[in-house]
Amino acid sequence: MKTIDNKVIHYPLSIIHWTTSALLVVLLLVSSGSINAQSPDRTKPPALGPTPSLKLHPIQKFTLSNGLPVYVYEKRDVPIIQLNLVVKAGSVDEPADKLGLAGMTANMMDEGAAGKSALQLSDEIDFLGTSISVSGGLHTSGISMRSTTSKFDASLKLFADILLRPDFPESELERLRKQYLTSLVQAYDRPPVIAAAATSQLVFGKNHPYGRTTVGTEQTLNALTVADLKNFYDTYYKPNNSFLVVAGDVDANSVMAKLEQALGEWQKGEVKPATVAKAKQVSGRTIYLIDKPEAAQSVIRICRVGTDRMTEDYFPLLVMNTILGGSFTSRLNQNLREIHGYAYGAGSGFAFRPSPGPFTASSDVQTDATDKALKEFMKELNDISKPVSDDELAKAKNYIALGYPDNFSNVGSIAAQIAEMVLYNLPENYFNDYINKVMAVKKEDVRRVAKKYIDTDDLAIIIVGDKAKIEKGLKETKVGKIVNMTPTDVLGPMPKL
Amino acid sequence: MKKIFLLVLVVTLTAFGQSVRLNVPYERFVMKNGLNVILHQDNTTPTISVNTWYLVGSGYEKPGRTGFAHLFEHLMFEGSKNVPEGKFDEWLEASGGSNNGSTNTDRTNYFEDIPSNALELALFLDSDRMGYLLDAMTQEKLDGQRDVVKNERRQRYENSPYGMAFPVLVDALYPKGHPYSWTTIGSMQDLSAASLDDVKEFFKLYYAPNNATLAIAGDIDIPTTKALVEKWFNEIPRGKPVPPQDRTPAQLYEEKRIMFEDRVQLPRLYLAWHSPASLTPGDAEMDLLASVLAGGKNSRLYKRLVYEMQIAQDVSAFQMSQRLSSVFIITATARVGHTLAELETVIQEEINKIKTEAPSIRELDRARNQYEANFIGQLESINAKADMLNNYYYLTGNPDYFNEDLARYYAVDPKDISTVALTYLKDDARVVMSIVPKGKQELAASNSTIVSTEGK
Repeated sequence: MKTIDNKVIHYPLSIIHWTTSALLVVLLLVSSGSINAQSPDRTKPPALGPTPSLKLHPIQKFTLSNGLPVYVYEKRDVPIIQLNLVVKAGSVDEPADKLGLAGMTANMMDEGAAGKSALQLSDEIDFLGTSISVSGGLHTSGISMRSTTSKFDASLKLFADILLRPDFPESELERLRKQYLTSLVQAYDRPPVIAAAATSQLVFGKNHPYGRTTVGTEQTLNALTVADLKNFYDTYYKPNNSFLVVAGDVDANSVMAKLEQALGEWQKGEVKPATVAKAKQVSGRTIYLIDKPEAAQSVIRICRVGTDRMTEDYFPLLVMNTILGGSFTSRLNQNLREIHGYAYGAGSGFAFRPSPGPFTASSDVQTDATDKALKEFMKELNDISKPVSDDELAKAKNYIALGYPDNFSNVGSIAAQIAEMVLYNLPENYFNDYINKVMAVKKEDVRRVAKKYIDTDDLAIIIVGDKAKIEKGLKETKVGKIVNMTPTDVLGPMPKL
Repeated sequence: MKKIFLLVLVVTLTAFGQSVRLNVPYERFVMKNGLNVILHQDNTTPTISVNTWYLVGSGYEKPGRTGFAHLFEHLMFEGSKNVPEGKFDEWLEASGGSNNGSTNTDRTNYFEDIPSNALELALFLDSDRMGYLLDAMTQEKLDGQRDVVKNERRQRYENSPYGMAFPVLVDALYPKGHPYSWTTIGSMQDLSAASLDDVKEFFKLYYAPNNATLAIAGDIDIPTTKALVEKWFNEIPRGKPVPPQDRTPAQLYEEKRIMFEDRVQLPRLYLAWHSPASLTPGDAEMDLLASVLAGGKNSRLYKRLVYEMQIAQDVSAFQMSQRLSSVFIITATARVGHTLAELETVIQEEINKIKTEAPSIRELDRARNQYEANFIGQLESINAKADMLNNYYYLTGNPDYFNEDLARYYAVDPKDISTVALTYLKDDARVVMSIVPKGKQELAASNSTIVSTEGK
């Protein structure tokens, strides 16, 4: 492959009614219109035709009798239906001595429900050819289902069992606990995993909800009990603290009747929403060198606190990051990969969350070019605060805006985008305005947000690599003071099994 | 054109339980220069996927030049006579498009996913590199992408736990010189050796229109698209016929038991056998066998090793379908305190069992129903459809082989699963490979000989 798709940025989601998009047409060159059977003119790239319009179906919003909001998007060309149930609780809601609780609760949901064992449930789901997956995140937990139209009704029954009637069997908790502890052991093998853990800790601090582990530690995992899981479930898994997105081959009215029947008995409850304090910016420039002897590459992650999803700077940031490290032709990828050949790829992105998440510039570079690569990173991170060219700006805006329809080509992507819209309470007209907002970004905006959010005086630079080969060169770059660490400093002592 | 072609799905209930009948309408034509063109209209989203296959992969490389087909793939994005370096990606991004390519043993593919008003741009770019790549080729471009590919190799192989498994495995599986006996990424020393002359020779031999097939799927109008393809590709001359590939049969005449150390915490076992080629008899049965063995919690190996005994962290089985012949692989990672010998014993028991006792119909239905749902789900993507049209045409001569492909799974009887296990999973014609943590050779499967990862 030419590239691994490693976009860090999450493109926002929208529902658009783009029947007339006069605005887009303005951006585009006029079509030549005629087709010539003789030799084509290769002296310049062919002009683009008129911008196609994307006709999206409306998002229909309903509420079940128990207060569960349901968003339905009909897409009927392929007989597949996607359900995403999102519970607004995750690892940020965990007490400090129960790290891993939210993830474990979510992952135990399908390990026994409504009196059926984990194996029975799995047999019934697999027999339908349906996939039901559970997940726990920072702010949300979820159950998603993907089924063919013909198996939807039977699948929905199993989905409801898992959501409403989980049993949390003791023996399954013991099994998952061992599996998780073993994963912690395996984390030592994986430089990108070590780097990710270090990034959270060093940017946010071990006491901030974004700085703690979401999988848990040996100590906290060993302490989790069935009572803890049931308590977390009973506290947070409530219809009024959740929402459901349905996308695919459905008729809104008939699917709503089915959902009412399947999920209507789910009881409301009182839930206090957690708030995550805004993290303090990192101070000064520090290189955290995590030793991985014999590593063929150095995993570089340059980080600082970014901003939240609701920021007014969202669209300028999207454009700025596309120029810096959000696409193949971005400056970081061009520099580190195409010009210098230090890496297979390089990029950057903001993790937009309810509270400011990290900004990260990243690349895995060959060991003997670690210092040179770091200098190039610093150059690009500094240069992004200078005015960008008209061409770069236009390319980035078009890339985001014109590539947008692709996000509506499959039910998985549509459901994920609607979920993001709901979670962040984005305005009703958000989707209709999306293109305008991208196109309205000006050079000054890019420069302003670059200066504001990519301040290179304060950076946590995490490098997982072969210290013996790279430390001297890194010192000579004078980019920052070096703090030596080991994987154990990041991951903790290896769990005993 | 007002007529909208979509994927036609007719719900039926056949004797075998296949729930849909698939039909992907297409138009195919061959140009004077030999370029094969397949068009499929799907107006669901205003996007188009342009997918070009060159019928060359790592299986066509010469000894001493492993990795060349893939290195060459990288060079195809570096500009051509009328497309300055860097502009291929810039122009596509400025149109809202994205692009990529991939190389395997049998073919190299390139695709652009674009808004439907950028079709002509994609055709210009693709035709320019098909016709005029060498006019703009330089030593600097070759050296630049050589460095990038070496870093791709470091990232995915050297610096990745168990990353050297595949290079060592294929070396043991195939006779020397077999087209599949090296990996597509190639060895570091061969990547260093690739020269500008190699680039020129390779392009002339394999990148002519008569060795390519172009599939365009999505929001297109067929007559207009046909005319545009003619306009941009017609002037590219036909190349010489492609020389035949080495057809040394892929066969093992013994059980090879090998091991090597890696910077990992837990040991992992690999068992590998030769198996039927993609879309040939036995291929679908092997897919289903893989699922019966290791797909889902109730699969035989998962249930015993991971769920009940809890001596493995993970287990997987898969049929890696390829054009000349395929490989069937089982892998399992031991938990702390357990050896690969223990895992092998259980895996062997389960293989012996399935050879003599057919799986239940429910086990089989579980496997094929999952396969069917995934198969249907893929058809939402025009990128996947374009690639499948090219694949089916290459392997069967019929681009719309979707229904035939799926129907294979519903024609399988439980006893067929035992038959393929008996025929292909032979104890005396396989590779048993152990990867163990440094200094922990005692964790390997029994009687394993240490092999080197050097030069692989």
